[in-house]
Amino acid sequence: MQVRVFVTPRKGILDPQGRAVEHSLKSLGFKSVSDVKIGKYVVLEVAAKSAADAREQAHKMCERLLANPLIEDYTFEVEGE
Amino acid sequence: MKWGVVRFPGSLDDNDALWALADVMGQEASMLWHKEASLRGAQCVLLPGGFSYGDYLRCGAIARFSPIMESVAKFAADGGLVIGTCNGFQVLCEAHLLPGALTRNRTLSFICERVNVRVENASTPFTRATHQGEVLRLPIKHGEGLYVAPETELRQMEERGQVILRYVDADGRESDAANPNGSMHAIAGVANDRFNVFGLMPHPEHAVEAMLGGTDGLKIFRSIVESAG
Repeated sequence: MQVRVFVTPRKGILDPQGRAVEHSLKSLGFKSVSDVKIGKYVVLEVAAKSAADAREQAHKMCERLLANPLIEDYTFEVEGE
Repeated sequence: MKWGVVRFPGSLDDNDALWALADVMGQEASMLWHKEASLRGAQCVLLPGGFSYGDYLRCGAIARFSPIMESVAKFAADGGLVIGTCNGFQVLCEAHLLPGALTRNRTLSFICERVNVRVENASTPFTRATHQGEVLRLPIKHGEGLYVAPETELRQMEERGQVILRYVDADGRESDAANPNGSMHAIAGVANDRFNVFGLMPHPEHAVEAMLGGTDGLKIFRSIVESAG
């Protein structure tokens, strides 16, 4: 089952990459842009009995390794959900 | 005194740390491979700088699950002395042996220069050979050294004296310009609340011989040797 994990800097954590890109977009004329964040996108295949099982496994993976909850937020999508 | 220097795949400063400890200071120091479980009787474990596991995912995130880190965590829980420089600091934060995290420098650039750091707490095992407020000149070389922690935790750390080193100018004054990477509270080095684990972004192992630009790094290592007494 495919799981797609999105990791982004937490609100309030300085994100110099997001800021630089936002600045660049604005200088290209995209004045409507704000709050740009640069994160990570992790795609993984999980052997799971059900979508709920895959979700539980993904949650543990995020908490233990894929994200650092101190500085990052995460969300994920499970295939077929 | 017996030292153990941990070598992860991608460690860079392991040999320099060994040189500083063994050749310059005459200490008994040996390399510990990350897959080993034994700390070989080390009285202080040093996690060196570098790019362990290529800094994949997050700096230190993968190294913290190396077999040796389980032993380092137990050693620290028993009160053993652990010091992490640069990437070693990042590994200690990821392993929750130190509070906070290290993120991308605010300039987005890799910084390689000499900085001034002020000793904010000279009564720890890592700073006892310095004096309170002393300014040390040490090199930094990192892309991700911006220290971050929740403001409530930072306040507690400041109160307990866990902020050990702070970036300052040559006169020992804090200023935004003297903070190379944008660290919160200009933090360059912190200890845990038991003061037996210490992490710092500067490299004391690169400041142990006058011909290489300074010897202030020796003060950190001498403090540890004195503490192990």
